[in-house]
Amino acid sequence: MGDQKRPAAKTAKSRRKSASANEPEFVQLLTPEGKRVSHPDYEVNFTDEEYRGLYRDLLITRELDAQGTALQRQGQLGLWPSLLGQEAAQIGSGRALKPQDTVFPAYRELGVQWCRGIDMISAFSLFRGVDLGGRDVAADRFNMYEIVIASQTLHAAGYAMGVAKDGAVGGADGEAVIVYHGDGATAEGDFNEALIWAGVFNSPLVFFCQNNQYAISETNARQFRVPPYKRAEGFGLPGVRVDGNDVLATYAVTESALDRARTGEGPSLVEAFTYRMQPHTTSDDATRYRDEAELDYWRAKDPILRYRSWLEAESLADADYFASVDDEAVQHVRELRQRVMDLPDPEVTEMFDSVYTDLPPRLGAERAEAVAFRASLDEGSES
Amino acid sequence: MATMTMIKALNTGLRRILEEDEKALVMGEDVGRLGGVFRVTDALQKDFGSERVIDTPLAESGIIGTAIGLALRGYRPICEIQFDGFVYPAFDQLVSQLAKIPNRSGGRVRLPVVVRIPYGGGIGAIEHHSESPEAYFAHTAGLKVVTCADPNDAFWMIQQAAASDDPVIFFEPKRRYHAKADVDTESAPMGLHDARVVRSGSDATVIAYGPTVDVAQSAAAAAAEEGLDLEVVDLRSLSPIDWEPLEASLRRTGRAIVVHEASGSLGIGSEVAARLSERCFYSLEAPVLRVTGYDVPYPTSRLEEDYLPNLDRVLDAVDRSLEY
Repeated sequence: MGDQKRPAAKTAKSRRKSASANEPEFVQLLTPEGKRVSHPDYEVNFTDEEYRGLYRDLLITRELDAQGTALQRQGQLGLWPSLLGQEAAQIGSGRALKPQDTVFPAYRELGVQWCRGIDMISAFSLFRGVDLGGRDVAADRFNMYEIVIASQTLHAAGYAMGVAKDGAVGGADGEAVIVYHGDGATAEGDFNEALIWAGVFNSPLVFFCQNNQYAISETNARQFRVPPYKRAEGFGLPGVRVDGNDVLATYAVTESALDRARTGEGPSLVEAFTYRMQPHTTSDDATRYRDEAELDYWRAKDPILRYRSWLEAESLADADYFASVDDEAVQHVRELRQRVMDLPDPEVTEMFDSVYTDLPPRLGAERAEAVAFRASLDEGSES
Repeated sequence: MATMTMIKALNTGLRRILEEDEKALVMGEDVGRLGGVFRVTDALQKDFGSERVIDTPLAESGIIGTAIGLALRGYRPICEIQFDGFVYPAFDQLVSQLAKIPNRSGGRVRLPVVVRIPYGGGIGAIEHHSESPEAYFAHTAGLKVVTCADPNDAFWMIQQAAASDDPVIFFEPKRRYHAKADVDTESAPMGLHDARVVRSGSDATVIAYGPTVDVAQSAAAAAAEEGLDLEVVDLRSLSPIDWEPLEASLRRTGRAIVVHEASGSLGIGSEVAARLSERCFYSLEAPVLRVTGYDVPYPTSRLEEDYLPNLDRVLDAVDRSLEY
């Protein structure tokens, strides 16, 4: 996308200080008010079409996610982990990926999945409970959602070792690996081991921490005293914090980190400072641990509103364009909704057939028993 | 006597522990301000303070490892692992440390740590939220493993577990969390490691624990309508197992069926079947049968009714036992 200015080497001096002591220090290219600002190390330079495309990504992701929540409320999904508020972190980083890059997601990465061009139904079939999220991950270069916290960080570290062993790093065509995790994951042993491994093997890996401020009910104060981007430095990895509600800055910072990895310069960590606007999942009640004032504070930093304001101010998009994106989102949602409702329930045999490469005799007997048992119930219900 | 859910019974039991033992601590992910994802620890932090009801970092190995350290310092931690499938990051601390340190010390060190784990399926959850990992821990010498099946046991067993100077893994059947029943708040019904005959019968013995006790009782009620008289025994303790009531029951009925959600191979049912065969061989009219989850990873929620032992599968096993 466009010809980016290569980021220069970062120095402590070049890090911008924020106006308020309460505001975190981070890379920002678009303020919450929709004003473009410059940064000495990071810049984007998209075509008008590409700028508009990011808006389309953000909006459609938000609408598909909202449909996930709606489908859960209507009993069509068992659970839904909403990404509301984190669209810019996901679209900015997801669009910075090159086709040869590989993604290890956690379980809330609907926007990244969108950017990879993977059929969105897999996220919904997983949370509907008709499958466990299985896909052709090698072809997709987007691994299965990982529900256990931080486990995927080690998988990504190992995969990145393999990329390096294969000689697939070096130059603009090199492969990079990116692993998505949250602020809570940084407390797990696996995450810290992954940092060690990526560091000592100098692997082509980007840790992309969506710091959405909450691990279910617990705030950052219960997970760390030093923010993740600073901790990375202790493991020998550069760490950068970016305004995760700023799609342009997230793109620029992630692209720089990915390029670093793909050219063989090694791993790094991006902390996208954002906010989970919804409860942890549809099973959670966030009113027990946070208040409306805090939500209002973050509503004012909404990633889509600020981006739209800027597009309008720059006359990069007009009312017709926004209306066309709205229409397209409605179409996507309508189609997805119908496909979710039409998802067939799995066959009882499916729980047996993928466990091993072959079916051990004893398990084969259990499989036959389960099939016969289901058949007897079906007969009973028909009579 | 009071009527309450298992969640309320556990909460009330924990409250009593915190009131009576100033060294008792409650710790885990989201147990404080949120009151736990199932609300078992609801309002405990408000009433006992964040020094005693501790929201921990999101790190299961850390929860168990630091609980060991706190116990070495004289505290009595009651840890919560949020879901069954999240206990494995703590496996090393549980198996190599919590289970072994007292023995390593020649009995000089005691680790009165309770690890509460909501377990089992049947709630329509996603992966890692419906598992039954009890056999790993029952297989590990040095750990005691118990599970409650109703609110009264929940109320008393959590207090007895907290009073134990040995580490106790305390499994809570999450699909029974919301069922209400009477709780006798005055006196404990029996010891922590006692099995209980919950229904007397003469034709066959159904042995269950945790979530499958209700399944077994439903099966017994259905069988009664067909003129079959089933005895139901709740194991309650999986390590150690209280063998005497099991053997006594089997000597009366001659037939036994063990029911659990966990996969069958090398599960609790395997141990029960083997031991009863050794101890009651001449009383047996049929082999001890097992009705369990299949030997597969816990399936996606749309298939869990096929995976879980249910009334029909139990009755089918009863029929097979009677046909011998």
